[in-house]
Amino acid sequence: MSKLLDLQFLAGHAHYLLFIVLMMTGLFIVVDKTNLVKKIVGLNIFQVSVFMFYVSIGKVKGGTAPIFPMDDKYHVDTAAMAGQVYSNPLPHVLILTAIVVGIATTSLGLALIVRIRESFDTIDEEDILAIEQDMTREDNKKHGNAMGGLA
Amino acid sequence: MIDTVTNIILLSMLVITALAIVRMDRLFAVVMLSGVFSLLSALLFVTLDAVDVAFTEAAVGAGISTVLLLSTIALTKPVEKRARHTALVPFIVVCVTGAALVYGTLDMPAFGDPNAPALTHVGPEYLARTPVDIDVPNAVTAILGSYRGFDTLGEAAVVFTAGIGVLLLLSGLRRRREDEEEDQA
Repeated sequence: MSKLLDLQFLAGHAHYLLFIVLMMTGLFIVVDKTNLVKKIVGLNIFQVSVFMFYVSIGKVKGGTAPIFPMDDKYHVDTAAMAGQVYSNPLPHVLILTAIVVGIATTSLGLALIVRIRESFDTIDEEDILAIEQDMTREDNKKHGNAMGGLA
Repeated sequence: MIDTVTNIILLSMLVITALAIVRMDRLFAVVMLSGVFSLLSALLFVTLDAVDVAFTEAAVGAGISTVLLLSTIALTKPVEKRARHTALVPFIVVCVTGAALVYGTLDMPAFGDPNAPALTHVGPEYLARTPVDIDVPNAVTAILGSYRGFDTLGEAAVVFTAGIGVLLLLSGLRRRREDEEEDQA
């Protein structure tokens, strides 16, 4: 932990710390808020922070985007590439895939919320829990004895 | 140096936006702020040299996802209820998780270090071979479409499955609603 007081070290790791702050804000929304739409927004914040963290690992100091110069015959100009530093393209590719998969899961979650609202007439987690407990109590009253005492 | 300052400013703006989302209870404002969050993160992706990721994030995160969230709050309620429980336990959980993650980053190489393990194996290999093997100027396109084409195929399968799931969940929404109205009438 004493490393955190070293300025040189802190300058190299400040990005990581801020990414973690963002991730934890997202996690807080997911855990604390009871509204389901807001939970999805929190999940998105968490997700995007992870993406930024992952892409930042591929960044090279003094590097540029991994797009090569072309010659006049539209081939990659390997001579002009010499001496140029490029950032690592692999994390970019993986995160491109992750963004698209993320929107797919988000839309599935939102569709589930619309169905929940249809069945329970609310999208608040605490209200849904209360309704479900009421339903269980009703069931126990009706069928509890047949099941040999309360279920 | 100027890069680091830009990044820190962008990250602070992201943190402020995220905290505003925590405080807000009108869902329309929350959705708009999440769009702002996506655009700011797209800016940060540009400074991190990930231009392809930046425009995907701007199109998907700020575009499609905002539209989906808006249509969801149009079908549900636009205002969030105040939580009845205390925020203390979630706060402690978040702090403990955050501390564990910070402890994990202490061993990591510094930001932008060219000798980091992540930058010394397959990454340079892809950069060296793309002009010879595939001859497209954008290395990200070469990896996405060719070297790792099966990943992209898997992605298509996931999106297809999610699309079927959404259709199954939402199909008959209007029919059920009309049935309900008939029952009440």
